[in-house]
Amino acid sequence: MLATRSAGFNPAIIAAAVALGLIILAVATPMLALVAIAPSMPSLGADYLAFVWAITKFTLLQAGLSTLLSVAAAIPLARALARQASFPGRSIILRLLALPLALPALVVVLGIIEVWGRQGWVSTLVQGIGLGGPLNIYGLTGILIAHVFFNMALSARLMIASLEQIPPENWRLAAQLSFTSRHVFRHIEWPVIRSVLPGIASLVFMLCIASFAIVLVLGGGPKATTLEVAIYQSLRFDFDPPRAVLLALLQILLCAGLFVLGGRMATDIAVMSSVGKPARRPDQSASRFTDVLTIVAGLGFIALPMLAIVVSGVTAPFAAIVSQAVFWRALATSLILALTAASLALAMAWSMLAAQRTIMRRRTPSRTASALVSGLQASGSLILVAPPIVIGAGWFVTLHTAGLAGSAAPAIVAIVNALMALPFVLRILRPAVVGQAQVHDRLCASLGISGWQRWRLIDLPVLARSLALAFAFAAALSIGDLGAAALFGSADFVTLPLLLLQKMGSYRSFEAAGIALLLAGFCLGLIWLAEQLKPGAQAQ
Amino acid sequence: MTGSAIKLDEMDFAYPGGEPLHFSTVFEAGSFTGLIGPSGSGKTTLINLIAGFEEPASGTLYFDDVNAAGTEPADRPVTMVFQDNNLFAHLDVFTNIALGVSASLDLSTGDKALITTAMDKTGLSGLGKRLPRELSGGQRQRVAIARALVRDKPVLLLDEPFAALGPALRRDMLQLVSTIHKERGMTVILVSHDPADVKFAATHAAFLDAGRVVANRPVDELFSASDIPGLHAYLGT
Repeated sequence: MLATRSAGFNPAIIAAAVALGLIILAVATPMLALVAIAPSMPSLGADYLAFVWAITKFTLLQAGLSTLLSVAAAIPLARALARQASFPGRSIILRLLALPLALPALVVVLGIIEVWGRQGWVSTLVQGIGLGGPLNIYGLTGILIAHVFFNMALSARLMIASLEQIPPENWRLAAQLSFTSRHVFRHIEWPVIRSVLPGIASLVFMLCIASFAIVLVLGGGPKATTLEVAIYQSLRFDFDPPRAVLLALLQILLCAGLFVLGGRMATDIAVMSSVGKPARRPDQSASRFTDVLTIVAGLGFIALPMLAIVVSGVTAPFAAIVSQAVFWRALATSLILALTAASLALAMAWSMLAAQRTIMRRRTPSRTASALVSGLQASGSLILVAPPIVIGAGWFVTLHTAGLAGSAAPAIVAIVNALMALPFVLRILRPAVVGQAQVHDRLCASLGISGWQRWRLIDLPVLARSLALAFAFAAALSIGDLGAAALFGSADFVTLPLLLLQKMGSYRSFEAAGIALLLAGFCLGLIWLAEQLKPGAQAQ
Repeated sequence: MTGSAIKLDEMDFAYPGGEPLHFSTVFEAGSFTGLIGPSGSGKTTLINLIAGFEEPASGTLYFDDVNAAGTEPADRPVTMVFQDNNLFAHLDVFTNIALGVSASLDLSTGDKALITTAMDKTGLSGLGKRLPRELSGGQRQRVAIARALVRDKPVLLLDEPFAALGPALRRDMLQLVSTIHKERGMTVILVSHDPADVKFAATHAAFLDAGRVVANRPVDELFSASDIPGLHAYLGT
């Protein structure tokens, strides 16, 4: 007897619905708590409203300038790296551009202070050659340097990926039509960059709006404070929940508005397929000198803070660091949080992608199933609308009222970190899972391989590397995050980034440098380990 | 404008990790040669060498007895139409053709008239403002041919430009190329995987196999020959 295709929900869809429910619960509960508290807020004075207006303006200003500088610097760097395809060490440089995303913000801040701070390398050089006094990194300047460090690399990588999709026929055409470098930019590169620019710029802007650790350390006072930092200060220093609620709601409105705007502006460039073999670019030789200068400058900007982390870290008093009980407590807490958050993020992402795959396979998905797919796609980006500090603040206010803030801290931080990692995990897994589905779905269906057998025999061997990379990336993000942990931190609940912040705040810079190096080592080591797995057959 | 004679003199080439290719043949000035042969026999590589997109490991290429070694693609007496991606997607039809006249798009009144004439010639009248995505596959290839016309080079290379078109449209396009060839006397080389196309439009046919030009003769002579190794196996006759 022939089995009929079930019209109902299968386990993948149920699991995804549960994941979606958990995400909504984790995000909506604190949001509702914030909204519920809002009407009972005491009236806020004109002075405070002026302060809120000032930090909102600064939040937008720093994010706008950071975006402008990051994208403007990324364009020549991306062009140079795309053009010089055979530049010595190009693959190493491209890998280096990927590192900032995996490094904890606080660690990078330390490296940037080592290079650009009052006693930093650049200040020493500037003073040494008599070009002026030491540089002041605190305030807008420092925030911009740190944001450009992270986002120039990210923007350049995204642009290079688009430029590398230009079909070889275009380069042959350019060679035939006597295109100079200027013509190549005008007729070939700029149209490609222009099509991805709104998406990249809105992503960078969102990341800078929600930047916390960088502004907390480099902001340097009320003049250079963002909404995120002000929320943290309202709860941790002033313990003024109503004010934190106002700021959190403002931050959500801002992020939601920008998210919608970014979604409208983002345009995916049509992937131009080609049957041609790779072609030599006609502008490669003529632009070599300026390209080398651009690559060296970009590389220097990114590599110097990383080098500074290593240089100052290796001379740190590790014996003193490891002799402290608080270090081991922080390390254990960070590792447990990272493993929990990464497992949670991976489980949520997998169930969401598996359900999407199941629903999209149906010729006529039901209205409920289609709504679930839309919900799943949107939920992955929810964290961009409600950043970790905002979710953390909501939970903090809710749990504090019930006297549970301390005991629930680890669970809340793990959940918030998992949500924070979710968009990245989905980004890593989606192409692999979708590709795998396209290649194997019909074959598996015809051979009757499904469920656990399919996972064990087909999916896991092919997807192992992507899964490991996604897990490692989520764990690295969690281990280095300061956001939610900063709100819930206490003498009993210390993570490595919190300990690093404490050491920096108490001017124990040598110990801070050692902890920073260890943190960086953990994050990069995790990703390196995952990359050692061989790609699955399909990826090969 | 009359066509150039093209001579490939013992030219060797190999892609990294690929089989060595060896080309030695002559394309007569003003001829229209169809290149046929199995996949991987080197048809596209041969015209890429002529266009200057690939550098031979050894051997010499001549245009009318002038050594082409070291000559950039733009400076060769050649224009080429590819199978795909011939147009810049963000530029309209007129501008795509205009790039064949000036890469800076500095166009004189005469240049504009030249472009309009080429558009009329290729059946694109009234489509100047359209973007490539608003055109059919055949119209897109017509734009590429119009640009080749305004470039006014003695040699036209066609790398399976009509492979994705249906049989009737493909015939129309071949007819167009054939008419241009007759009017202008250009040397035309067409890569095709369909011998019927070559019989329909070309004056000569060259059969390539395993990276060599096995034979290069007038069309009727080549297709009726019985002394060409591999040809009948390829044609299935």
